[in-house]
Amino acid sequence: MPTVSFTRALERFLAAPTVAVEGATLGAALDAVFAERPALRGYVLDDQGALRRHVAVFVNGQLVRDRDRLTDPVAADDEIHVFQALSGG
Amino acid sequence: MSDRLHVGTRKGLFELERGPGGWDIVSTHFLGDPVSAVLQSADGALLAALDLGHFGAKLWRRSPAGEWRELAAPAFPPKPEDAADDPHPWSLGRIWALQPGGVPGRIWAGTMPGGLFRSDDDGETWQLNEPLWRMPDRRRWMGVAGGEQPGISAVLVDPRNPADIRLGVSTAGIWATTDTGATWSLINQGMYNEYMPPGQEGDPISQDIHQIAHCAARPEVMWCQHHNGVFRSEDAGANWRELAAIRPSKFGFAVAAHPHDPDTAWFVPSAKDERRFPVDGQVVVARTRDGGRSFEILRQGLPQRHAYDLVWRHGLSVDPDGRRLAFGSTSGGLWVSEDGGESWAAPDARLPPVACVRFAGA
Repeated sequence: MPTVSFTRALERFLAAPTVAVEGATLGAALDAVFAERPALRGYVLDDQGALRRHVAVFVNGQLVRDRDRLTDPVAADDEIHVFQALSGG
Repeated sequence: MSDRLHVGTRKGLFELERGPGGWDIVSTHFLGDPVSAVLQSADGALLAALDLGHFGAKLWRRSPAGEWRELAAPAFPPKPEDAADDPHPWSLGRIWALQPGGVPGRIWAGTMPGGLFRSDDDGETWQLNEPLWRMPDRRRWMGVAGGEQPGISAVLVDPRNPADIRLGVSTAGIWATTDTGATWSLINQGMYNEYMPPGQEGDPISQDIHQIAHCAARPEVMWCQHHNGVFRSEDAGANWRELAAIRPSKFGFAVAAHPHDPDTAWFVPSAKDERRFPVDGQVVVARTRDGGRSFEILRQGLPQRHAYDLVWRHGLSVDPDGRRLAFGSTSGGLWVSEDGGESWAAPDARLPPVACVRFAGA
C-alpha cells in the first residue's frame, strides 16, 4: 500500500501521522486518509477538492501534476509526501 | 465598560485586560498564525478565525471554560458547470467579519471571496447564503488587495430586527436584505469613486466600501470610510452624503460609530491611497460629534514623529459604552483610550501587524 506522510507543521493544529492506505491515484489515497481523519481534509484541499495553492505534494520525490483532480497514479510501494510550499516571509 | 480586548495579528491572537495599572496582555493564542477576525459572544465564548498561509482559513472556538476547539470552517458547495466563468473562486479565502445575528446562537460570517455564511448554533455549522452567492451581479464584484478576491468586510444587523442586515463589500457597494438574506438589493446612492473609467464614478456596485458602522441605538445612522472619502447615511445605507470636513485626509480604512450618540464617530485617516501612512508621520484620530459637519483631531498620547502606521478595516473598536476605544496598526502599534479618544495610552508590547481589534461585547 502507498504511504502518506504529512509535514510536521500540521502538528500544531491536528494529528497527521504517516499511514499506509489503499488507493491507485493520489486522490484515492488522500480520500482514504481523510475517511479516517476528516478534519485533515481542509488543511490539504480547498473547498472544491483541489490541492491548496500553498501545499506541495510529492510522489516518490516528484511533484504531482494534476493539482485539481488528483489523478496522478500511485503504486503499492509509493511514498506520498504532503508538504508546505515555500512561500511568505 | 468592557475590560477585555482582543487583538488579532499577523502572528497570533493577543488578549488584554484592564487591571489596576492599565491595559496589559494577559494571554496569547495561536502564536505565529495570522488571525483575521475575532468575536466574543454573550456567553463568554470566543471565536477566532485564522488565515493560515498554507492550510487555509480556519475557525476555532474557546468555550467559556477556556478550552479551545477547532470548528468546521464555512465551506462553499461544489462549483456547478454553469459557473465555469465565475471570476471568483468557490473556496473560502478568508473569514473577514464575524457578527452576532441578534438571535441566540446566530452568527454571520463575511468572507473573501464574497460569500456570506450563517450559523445558528454558535459557529458549530455554517450555511452559505445562496441567494447572495448565486446572484448574477455577484460576478461583477471586484477584488481587493491586488485584485485578488472581493470581501464582505462588514455585516451590520439591525438590533431591533435581526432580519434587517447591511453588508459592506470591498468592492461592491452596500447590499441590503430585510428578510434574513432571502433577497438582496444594492442600495447605496450618493457615493463616488475616482478609480473607475468616466461615467462609472457613481455606479453603486463599484464603490469600495472600506468599512461601515452604525449607531446601535439609531441603526439607521451609518458611517462609511470609503476608498475616496468619508460618508454618512441617515436612512440605513440607502443615501449617502460625503463629509467633506474630514481631516487631516479623507483616505483610510477604519470607522467606529458611537453606540448611543448618532452624531459621534471616529476615523483613523491615512494620507492617501498611494501613501498609506499618516499625514506628516503623525498618528491621529478624527472624531466628529456633530454628525460629520466638523471633525476634531485627537493626538494626545499618539506618536507624532516618524510614525508610519496604517490601520486596517477591523483595526478600530469602540466598547459598548462608547467611552473606551482601541486601535492597532500594521506597524504593530496598539493604543487604548478611556475617554472617547481625547487621550491614548499604549500597552507595553511590540506586536506583529494588527488585523483586527475588538472589545468584548462590541
